[in-house]
Amino acid sequence: MKTTLKVNGEERELEADSRVSLLDALRNHFRLTGSKKGCDHGQCGACTVMVNGRRINSCLTLACMHDGDEITTIEGLGTPGSLSPMQDAFVRHDGYQCGYCTPGQICSATAMLEEAKAGWPSVVTEDLESRPDLTDEEISERMSGNLCRCAAYPNIVDAIREVAE
Amino acid sequence: MRPFDYARAEAVSDAAKGSAAGATIIAGGTNLLDLMKLEVMAPERLVDINRLPLGEIEETEEGGLKIGALVPNADLAADQRVRRDYPVLSRALLAGASGQLRNKATTGGNLCQRTRCYYFYDTSEPCNKREPGSGCRAIGGFNRIHAILGASDACIATHPSDMAVAMRALKADVEIESADGSRRTVPVDDFYRLPHDTPHIETELEAGDVITAVILPAPVTSEQRYRKVRDRASYAFALVSVAAVVSLEEGRIADVTLAFGGLAHCPWRDEAVEARLKGQAPSRALFAEAADLLLKDATGQGHNDFKIPLTKRTMIAVLADACGLETGE
Amino acid sequence: MTKTLTMDKPDDRRRLDHMAQAVIGKPLDRPDGPLKVSGTAPYAAEYEIENCAHGVLLRAATMGTVKSLNRAKIEALPGVLGVFSSDEFLRNPAQGMAGEAPVQGVGEVAYVGEVIGLVVAETFEQARHASYAFAPEIEPAGHIVDPEAVEPEPQDSEAVDQGDLAGAMRDASHSVDVVYRTEGHAAAAMEPHASIAVWDGPKLTLYGAYQMLKFNRKELADSLGLDEADVRIVSRYVGGGFGSKLGISQEGIAAAVAARGLGRPVSVVMTRQQVFESIMRRTETKQHMRLAADAEGRLTGLGHESLISNLPDEEFAEPVPQSTHFLYGGENRKISLNVARIHRPAAGSVRAPGEAVGMPVLENAMDELAHAVGIDPVELRKKNLPECHPETGIPFGTRKYAECMDEGAKRFGWADRNRVPGGLREGEWLIGHGMAGASRVNMTETAKARVTLSANGTATVETDMTDIGTGSYTVLGQVAAEMLGLDPAKVEVKLGDTDLPPGSGSGGSIGASSCGSAVFLACEDVRTQICEALGCEEADLTLKDGEAVTGNRRMSLADALGADELTGEGEFNPGETSEDYAQAGYGAYFCEVAVNSVTGETRVRRMLGVYAAGRILNEKTARSQCLGGMTWGIGTALTEELVHDERNGKIVNRDLAEYHVPVNLDVPQLNVVFLEEREDAACPIQSKGIGELGFCGAAGAITNAIYNATGVRVRDYPVTLDKLLAGLPD
Repeated sequence: MKTTLKVNGEERELEADSRVSLLDALRNHFRLTGSKKGCDHGQCGACTVMVNGRRINSCLTLACMHDGDEITTIEGLGTPGSLSPMQDAFVRHDGYQCGYCTPGQICSATAMLEEAKAGWPSVVTEDLESRPDLTDEEISERMSGNLCRCAAYPNIVDAIREVAE
Repeated sequence: MRPFDYARAEAVSDAAKGSAAGATIIAGGTNLLDLMKLEVMAPERLVDINRLPLGEIEETEEGGLKIGALVPNADLAADQRVRRDYPVLSRALLAGASGQLRNKATTGGNLCQRTRCYYFYDTSEPCNKREPGSGCRAIGGFNRIHAILGASDACIATHPSDMAVAMRALKADVEIESADGSRRTVPVDDFYRLPHDTPHIETELEAGDVITAVILPAPVTSEQRYRKVRDRASYAFALVSVAAVVSLEEGRIADVTLAFGGLAHCPWRDEAVEARLKGQAPSRALFAEAADLLLKDATGQGHNDFKIPLTKRTMIAVLADACGLETGE
Repeated sequence: MTKTLTMDKPDDRRRLDHMAQAVIGKPLDRPDGPLKVSGTAPYAAEYEIENCAHGVLLRAATMGTVKSLNRAKIEALPGVLGVFSSDEFLRNPAQGMAGEAPVQGVGEVAYVGEVIGLVVAETFEQARHASYAFAPEIEPAGHIVDPEAVEPEPQDSEAVDQGDLAGAMRDASHSVDVVYRTEGHAAAAMEPHASIAVWDGPKLTLYGAYQMLKFNRKELADSLGLDEADVRIVSRYVGGGFGSKLGISQEGIAAAVAARGLGRPVSVVMTRQQVFESIMRRTETKQHMRLAADAEGRLTGLGHESLISNLPDEEFAEPVPQSTHFLYGGENRKISLNVARIHRPAAGSVRAPGEAVGMPVLENAMDELAHAVGIDPVELRKKNLPECHPETGIPFGTRKYAECMDEGAKRFGWADRNRVPGGLREGEWLIGHGMAGASRVNMTETAKARVTLSANGTATVETDMTDIGTGSYTVLGQVAAEMLGLDPAKVEVKLGDTDLPPGSGSGGSIGASSCGSAVFLACEDVRTQICEALGCEEADLTLKDGEAVTGNRRMSLADALGADELTGEGEFNPGETSEDYAQAGYGAYFCEVAVNSVTGETRVRRMLGVYAAGRILNEKTARSQCLGGMTWGIGTALTEELVHDERNGKIVNRDLAEYHVPVNLDVPQLNVVFLEEREDAACPIQSKGIGELGFCGAAGAITNAIYNATGVRVRDYPVTLDKLLAGLPD
């Protein structure tokens, strides 16, 4: 079936099997392999992209469900020669090792800061009715949907904290 | 994932008719697609309801909230009214899954989550829930996450939702539209079924039914708690969870609703336990008695025996906290 | 001319300390960072290959003899190009550094989840659907899956029986005689195993996710009956290894067989479930620890006897007591390792094989002994440091174990801790402190590298070494930059391709030292050529900032080289120093935990690791390795456990929702400190392995802290809440 997606600002036509996940559409059809497949079941976060500004697991949604949606992938955030502030902070703080979870971490972190700006609470927020401060614990909780087996977590928190400030 | 026909519903009636004709409804898809990839579920037709106008949270005439079935978990948790008046719901939602999943998972879909039983997820194993009559490999298998209450010889699976536990503690109603255009509401209390010998039938939903909203009654002055106990600090399903809504008047428990996750095939509630607490002055001894009442028929399967003391301990702590008891009081 | 060094004696020249560029050791950012953070670094399955078909591996759900694959049903499905299975298919991956095919042939299913076929289709979606139609006919075999239900095979290589341990236990003033258990672990690297096979006539190129290419090339060639020269493997970026990608694995062979059969390239990516079920697991262990001590806590005897498991015909045996052999004294010793041959999936190397599970248990036993004797755990350890290897008598290499403990104790505030188990409480939380030692044997491996220095002031480093997140791109460039006097940004490092000189590969923490030394030697070769061109002595040559200085002459490289470029080659070989010195990296952990008195949930609140691992080549990437290691310690201590169904050995929790690797919130801000050290016996760059050291023993510090917090000694890893509940206050 035919689906039109706006990927990183560019309209892309997808003519594919209805079974194609958004992740597989990006990786196999649009050759945007920055979004990673770590588990294909929403259990690792490596496939995180932003759809209409919100972070989601692109493995757990069908491409055909996103006709007309705006998709932002890691490739849309910055390029090696022109990194986004979050990408740059990940490099400087060594917020990765193998790099496989990294695009998902960065997409997740970028969108997570918007959620925090909007005043969304998290499970570690003491007072649900106030605007939460983005403490290290808050960052960690909000980033817990992105596994990193190399376990760069403390560096990831450092990078995000710096960008948030 | 087997091939399927995909259609987008333009109106609730489309979805209902599709469902009546055998299609499976897809909303957030975070659980359905997970299961379809493994062919645990293999629908031939999908009807996508994401474009239906069911994404609003409105105040009801009764002073409660009507939550559209498509309201994402993230939005519901962040809603100021929910945070103020139904904090147990906000907390439960935030304790579930991850930021990404909460952005996609919906209110209606969350109610319909399927179990995380390892054997249900493995199509090479028999499972009465997946293939009625094929048997249950969880019984006699590894059963750490399985039920201690309400299980049957056919199935010992648990319901994985956090949100649904809070909904049950809040005495929410599920609004359902059917293929014939009729609407009905079913209390969450009555929405779920225990496994008995038909564990594949999990809710009161029938073919042609579409969940359109979940309705919360008007808020009551209460202390609300949601406590989830799990194997890692975040992004893990509950081993045990306790949702509590407690109203205190003049040093006594005027009203209390308790719902539990991780214990049974559905969010668990036991009105006899609540009755034991009502009208009483809060004390740890009272809570322990009530917990014993809750767990009097609890049966462990071996690996999950620990859930019995864990539930008791957690329930006492949650009630003590809600009632403002000091440590040791 | 290749400059070759075999480590038959320590290299105390310490040349890197005498170079002028002063970049070695500096916390430089990774040169591959911008590619990784922008999603443009290509991993195995991401090479764009024309006309590539997609394969999905087919698993057997039953052990026994395959009677029929029942191919017809699958082959009839839409898009399916073929179902493949052959005698070349692998039962399980090759073990690390095997260099030859592992057990081949899949007619006898040895464990549940074994891969016995591959379905290939035009699209991934078609292949995946077809894989669920796979219903082979298998005559079931009732293989044993319980490690305690068989008579185990003793491993003579680990066995020590010295003096009279039973007598020492009998006569001891204080003793510990306990049995610990650890459960199996999965490497769970974030990138699932993946290969794209492309044939060009008789030549095969495999884009794969592998750690040790020179071995993998041999394994692949041997598995397929090819000449090694006809096989090329490309692994420029590897999404984590941790041992799981040491040897050629099932998807690589399957992709090659199918691509050959179809006459077109085939891509095969394992599902996460398949990675859990069919890639090497770390064995579960049962460890009998005995410690005998005199009244002051001096060890008189030490016993460490372990039961582990593996499939029949697998040589690998998790070397549980690897560091126990030398870490502490005690003249009466009994150490053994026994392998139960059972039909769980193959066991192999998972990060720090041996020490990963042996060290925490040794360190728990030492903690138990410290309590029995009534002395500080740090003091107990320092009291029992042997003068030389207590079994072989050889001298130690550098060993700053005591210094690590002292520095850690000071920085952590160890002296101020509560010493009464269960005696410190904050609301619902019981607070505890614990420490443990870190030790990991240091190894190296033959490695070659080529370095080309150009007149324009740039250099290229080439070796088939991999960077699995370890920082190879960074540190190899840094070594070359230091030796050649260049800004590291001017050094390009090319890795991960068997067309390049064979390095050591990544595994066993050998990579940085071995390949770093090969690069060092290649640079020495280049420097020699410059000296020849300039007619000066090596001692008089200074290279810095792209210029050469000798005597009173300063010149650009263009002038110094006397050529457009100079190419040097280096070959590093381990030698007699491996036998002459007991070499290991050391460290110490200090940790604070909070255990919830209601639920038994444990949170690590702060943790410090102090390490001495020879020269630190890059303080930033080395620190990251240790952060990772300590986090693996958190996983080992608290959450990670492969669960086997008792009825058929199947891994029940075969995904990332149910196998709990630590998430961000499980990990507090961790502190890592390195002590200055040079290990001359190891290699000419004076470094030791760091990739595993930071993990070895870490779990022991956490579980010792849990005991301090609660007074409950759980001897069964991981310490999930259910194991603590009964011992917690009401």
